[in-house]
Amino acid sequence: MIVAFRHKGELANPLIFFLMVVVFIPLGISPEKAVLTVLAPGMIWVIALLATLLSLDGLFRSDFDDGSLEQMLLSPQPLPWLVLTKIVAHWLMTGIPLMLLTPLLGTMLYLPAEGYLPLMISLLIGTGSMSLIGSIGAALTVGLRKGGLILSLVVMPLYVPVLIFGASAVNEAVQGFAYTGQIAILGAMFVSALVLAPFAVAGALRISVNT
Amino acid sequence: MASWQWFHRLGSPKWFYEKTTRWTQVIGWLALAMLSVGIVWGLGFAPEELKQGNSYRIIYIHVPAAAVAMAGYYVMALSGAIGLIWRMKLSYMVMKCAAPIGAALTFAALFTGAVWGKPTWGDYWVWDARITSMLILFFLYLGVMALQEAYQNQEAADKTCAILSLVGMVNIPIIYKSVDWWFTLHQPATLKLTEKSSIAPEMAYPLILMIFAVYMFFAWLLLTKVRVEILHREVKTQWVKDIVMGAK
Amino acid sequence: MLQLNGFTCIRDGEPLFVPVDTVINAGDVVQIAGPNGAGKTTLLRSLCGLFDSCEGEILWQGKPIMRAKHEFLAQLLYLGHHPGVKKSLTARENLEWFAGVNGEACALDVESVLAKVGLDGYADIHCHQMSAGQHRRVGLARLHFDASPLWILDEPFTAIDKQGVERLEAKIQEHAAMGGTVILTTHQALSFSHYRTIDLIKYTEAFDGVTHV
Repeated sequence: MIVAFRHKGELANPLIFFLMVVVFIPLGISPEKAVLTVLAPGMIWVIALLATLLSLDGLFRSDFDDGSLEQMLLSPQPLPWLVLTKIVAHWLMTGIPLMLLTPLLGTMLYLPAEGYLPLMISLLIGTGSMSLIGSIGAALTVGLRKGGLILSLVVMPLYVPVLIFGASAVNEAVQGFAYTGQIAILGAMFVSALVLAPFAVAGALRISVNT
Repeated sequence: MASWQWFHRLGSPKWFYEKTTRWTQVIGWLALAMLSVGIVWGLGFAPEELKQGNSYRIIYIHVPAAAVAMAGYYVMALSGAIGLIWRMKLSYMVMKCAAPIGAALTFAALFTGAVWGKPTWGDYWVWDARITSMLILFFLYLGVMALQEAYQNQEAADKTCAILSLVGMVNIPIIYKSVDWWFTLHQPATLKLTEKSSIAPEMAYPLILMIFAVYMFFAWLLLTKVRVEILHREVKTQWVKDIVMGAK
Repeated sequence: MLQLNGFTCIRDGEPLFVPVDTVINAGDVVQIAGPNGAGKTTLLRSLCGLFDSCEGEILWQGKPIMRAKHEFLAQLLYLGHHPGVKKSLTARENLEWFAGVNGEACALDVESVLAKVGLDGYADIHCHQMSAGQHRRVGLARLHFDASPLWILDEPFTAIDKQGVERLEAKIQEHAAMGGTVILTTHQALSFSHYRTIDLIKYTEAFDGVTHV
């Protein structure tokens, strides 16, 4: 029943963005290992967040423009379910590749070895939450011609908890403490977003189409 | 024509407008009286604080503004929810009008906090848990306002903002808890002053009065703005035309 | 099967057109006509439940459509201004997507369906390589495999050539003859005679009444 929604997308763009910003950090701050080691966990998390944000605008945009969003709304299948498949597709196309790219970025920013595993785990769960929460913003702004900037304005405050716990999981691990607590909280956030977000998105899409 | 249902729906803002004409005035004067008494009492007569001297007096604006700014978000989100559930136009108007007032109060709280912070902590800005939460609340307000502005279609603007403020409301406790937790993790040693030791009653009474006064002020401002919004949106209807003609 | 009672759409607090009272039965072909801006597209979207700022009621089998949403949607095929055809996908992928979203049993023979709209051999061509007319035909191909009895078509003849128009009209007649219902907007008269027209009258304050059809 689930059809591959988009075979070709701008899969690479958020990744390239991710990579380029990482190059900017040593250029802008300092290439010294001591400085970058401290910055690495937070920086990677912040940039991953921005890369996710950038990719969100396209989530429903083309469906809205070519009329397939209407068709989804008129499908006898429950809309939150269809929406969820789209969000999962988005996560597979942005979150997972971002996560897979982090070892490379970690090396470039001298992330201590203990940080890699928590970074990847926290990004795996965190990008899921970010796709879910962000899709609410995407659904709310899809009816706007220039929704991109407003989408970021609307979604960024909601990303605060994910960022805090995601980055701190890595920091704790680097300092040699246990980080399972943070991962558990990230997981709890992910589960609640998973349960609630599709309904909010479905409602928002109905409104956006209803004009 | 009068039998058409959509006229009945329009009827409710009219009723609200007429009913609140008196109330707005009463609340307005009440707010003014409480504000003036509270400010004079707080700034003029309440005793000086031992450690901070007179600079602490800014709490008489800072604390009420912060408290009402928080409450304002709930007013906004709940009226948005009412609008979504019962399709009440009026409650969307309340939601729309609450956003800029709440944002202004949040800004006031942040600004007074910064002014207070300089003599107390030596910096205008400190990454304190409460300040950071306030700043994020400010962003949440700005998001709702930006979305409201972006839509040309009023109905779409109302409904999307209602959903957004509801999502925000669900998130506020999570954001606050996580910021608190983040702060305890990074807490620098210098910030002991945020934990207010039990406040003397002579200082507390004017503060309580000020909190109520700002609530009143919020209510008055909200009513006034909603009334203007009603006139603005219902400008095509006969009763608004009558009022405008009568006023001339 | 579809009944409109004093139905009109509201935009900015004002009705778009004079309220409509009508009953649309199985086997009917109904053309919605009216000047630009009278709300033809909006009416069609309301009939599908995509637009809900309305007055009056729409009943499907005696129940309001919002109440019987699931049964209603399962029997509805809507083709809007934008047919929902993705440019980045091939014709085949697009049709499979439609079948999937509508929950049809996937016994979809893409080649024969496309042949019926004059697109034989285009199954694996990307839709962005097609002309506007071909693009629309991919959307129209849905009419040939979707079993829904109620069709709501917004300007289905746009960008379609003469032969395509004939084919589409034949398909519409065939559908009606089999007991299906077609509601469509178009500016041109249809070439067959068994259809009726609902003329939307633009609402003005002076008018007080209902269009009975």
